[in-house]
Amino acid sequence: MISDDYLKYPKRRYGMDHDRYDWSILSKRKPVQWPGGARIALWVTVSLQWFPLDQQGKPFKPLGSLQTAYPDLRHYTLRDYGNRVGIFRIMKALGKYSIRASAPVNAAVAARYPSLVRDIASQGWELVGHGLDMDRLHYEGMPDEAAAIARSLETLRKFGKVRGWLSPAKSESHQTLDLLAAAGIDYVCDWVNDDMPYPMRAGGRTLHALPHSNDIDDATILLGMRHDEDELRDQWLDHFEVLYEEAATQGGRIMVLPLHSWAIGHPYRIGTLETVLARIMSRPGIWPATGGEILDAWKKAAA
Amino acid sequence: MKRDPGYYDYLPYNKRPRIEWPNGARVAFWVAPNIEFYELEPPKNPTRVPWPRPVPDVLAYSYRDYGNRAGFQRMLEAMERCGMRGSVSLNVALCEHHPEIIKACAERGWEFYSHGTYNTRYTFNMSEAQERALIQDSIDTIRKHTGQKLDGWLAPALSYTENTLHLVAEMGLTYVCDLFHDDQPGPVKVRQGRLTSVPYSLEMNDAISFTVNSVTPRHYADIIRRQFDRLYAEGEDSGTVMCIPLHPYLIGQPYRMKAFEEALAYITGHEKVWLATGREIAKHFDDRYYDAFAKASEPIHDF
Repeated sequence: MISDDYLKYPKRRYGMDHDRYDWSILSKRKPVQWPGGARIALWVTVSLQWFPLDQQGKPFKPLGSLQTAYPDLRHYTLRDYGNRVGIFRIMKALGKYSIRASAPVNAAVAARYPSLVRDIASQGWELVGHGLDMDRLHYEGMPDEAAAIARSLETLRKFGKVRGWLSPAKSESHQTLDLLAAAGIDYVCDWVNDDMPYPMRAGGRTLHALPHSNDIDDATILLGMRHDEDELRDQWLDHFEVLYEEAATQGGRIMVLPLHSWAIGHPYRIGTLETVLARIMSRPGIWPATGGEILDAWKKAAA
Repeated sequence: MKRDPGYYDYLPYNKRPRIEWPNGARVAFWVAPNIEFYELEPPKNPTRVPWPRPVPDVLAYSYRDYGNRAGFQRMLEAMERCGMRGSVSLNVALCEHHPEIIKACAERGWEFYSHGTYNTRYTFNMSEAQERALIQDSIDTIRKHTGQKLDGWLAPALSYTENTLHLVAEMGLTYVCDLFHDDQPGPVKVRQGRLTSVPYSLEMNDAISFTVNSVTPRHYADIIRRQFDRLYAEGEDSGTVMCIPLHPYLIGQPYRMKAFEEALAYITGHEKVWLATGREIAKHFDDRYYDAFAKASEPIHDF
C-alpha cells in the first residue's frame, strides 16, 4: 500500500521543481552572436581519466570502469592507454586545424603524468576540473566532498587556470554546484538539458551550465550504444547539420565533441574524428573555441 | 495475481470484420509525443526506484528536461512540416510547469491524453480510491488547461494496478494505449463502460529503440519505413494502425532529427494514409467495428 502523500505534489508550479535554474525554451531566447558572426562554436573536449585498479564503484561504476575480478589489468591498462598514446593522436588531429580543446583532467592524471598536462597546457588547451579520479564520484553522501573538490582543483591549478568543471560520470550531490562556485568555478558540464549556456544558482553565487552532451560523446556511442565508427561519424555529422541549419535563424549554436582519449584515440578510430573535423572545418562560420571562451562570448552576447 | 489480465478475448488477424478507414485509407497513422515531467526528487515508491543513480541523478533528470527546453520545438516543427498532428501523451503536471508547451500543442489542434501526473509517480500499489484520484486529476487538469475532454490513457511509466483499465473506462475515458497485442484497435473487456484499445507501440517507440535496443538514428528511420510499408500493404485487406510514440528528449536530439523527419515525411507523403489522432481512431472504431469485433472474438478458456 501507498501513503496518500504520494498523491501530493508540493512542487507542482510554474517552472522547475527546484531552484537551481529557471525554466526557459531554447528557441524563444534572444539569438546569440558569436565572434566573427560564426554560426557554430566548435567545442572539443578531451577527457583525461584514470581508473584505479582497486575500484570501489561507489555509488555506481561509470562507463569505462573496470569489470573483472581484482586485479582487472585488462581494463585498467586499456583506459590508461588513452593517457600514454590515444591523446597524442587526438592532439595531432586537432592541431591540423589549430583547434584548442578543453581537457577535463582527473587530478590523478595531473599528479601521475605531469608532463602530459604541461604538454596540453602549453598548447593553449583549457584545463577543466574533473575530480580526483574515475572512482571518486560526487554523490549525496560522498565523504568530504569539499576537500575532494579543493584537492582536485589545487592539483590541476598548478598547471594553469581552471574555470570549468566536469564531474566524473556527470554525477553530483546536492551540494556539488555550491561547492564548485565557492571554489571559483565558472561553468559546469554535467547538466545535459540544453544546447546553449544558461545560469545556475549555486549557494548565493552564479555559475553557468555549458552544453556538454552525453549522447554524442565518443564513449557513449562506441562503448555504451556499441555503434561502429561509421555510425559515429554519421551521428556527429547529422548533429552538426541540424545545429548549423538552426543557427541560420536562431543565432549561434554550440557543437560539442566530447572525446575520451581511451575511446576515439585508437588507431582504427582516430580517422573518424579526422573525417568529421575535415567536414565541419570546411564549412564557413565555424569558430573553434574552449569552454571558457564560449562562456565569455555568450555572456557578452546575452548581456 | 491473475494468470491472464482478462482484458480481451482471442480474435485472430485472419478472421476479423474488415476495417475501412475514412477516404479509403489503408493505415490510420498517429504520432504520440510523450511530453513528460520527471521530478528531481520524487517521493519513494515501494516498487520502483525512479532514477538509475542516487538522487540527485542530474544526468538522467537533465536529459529528460532537454526534451522540454530544446527537443520539443524541433519535434514540433518537423511534425508541422509533415502536416502531422500529435496526440500528446501528457504528464498533466506539465500544464502547470510548462504551459508554453501546452499552448503550442493546443494551437495546432493536437489531442491531449493522459500519461499520469508525473512520470516519476507510479500507479503500482495504489488503492482504488487513490487511482481514481489520479485519473480525476488528469480529467480535471486537461479540461482546465486545454478545454479538451480526456479520452485516452497511457499509464504513467507504464505502471498499473489490476484496476487501471476498469477505472479509466468507468470514469468516461474511451481508449487506452497500454495493450500491445495487436495492429488493429479492439474492444477491451472492462467491468463498466466501453473501452477501445488503440495500438500504440513499443517497437516504434523511440525510447525502446534508442534506450533499450541502442539503435542508431538512421536505423530507427529504416525501422519506421519498414513497419509502415508492411502495414500499408496489409491495409489493403483491412485497415491497420501505426503509431510512432516519441519523447522530445530523445527524438529532439539534433543528431536524431534529420533521419526521423525523412521517415515521417515518407509516411505522410503516401496517399492512402489517414493522418489521425488517437481519439479519432478510437471513435471511428468504436462507432463502426467495436461490436462486430467483440462478437467475432473467441472466449479464452485457460487449461
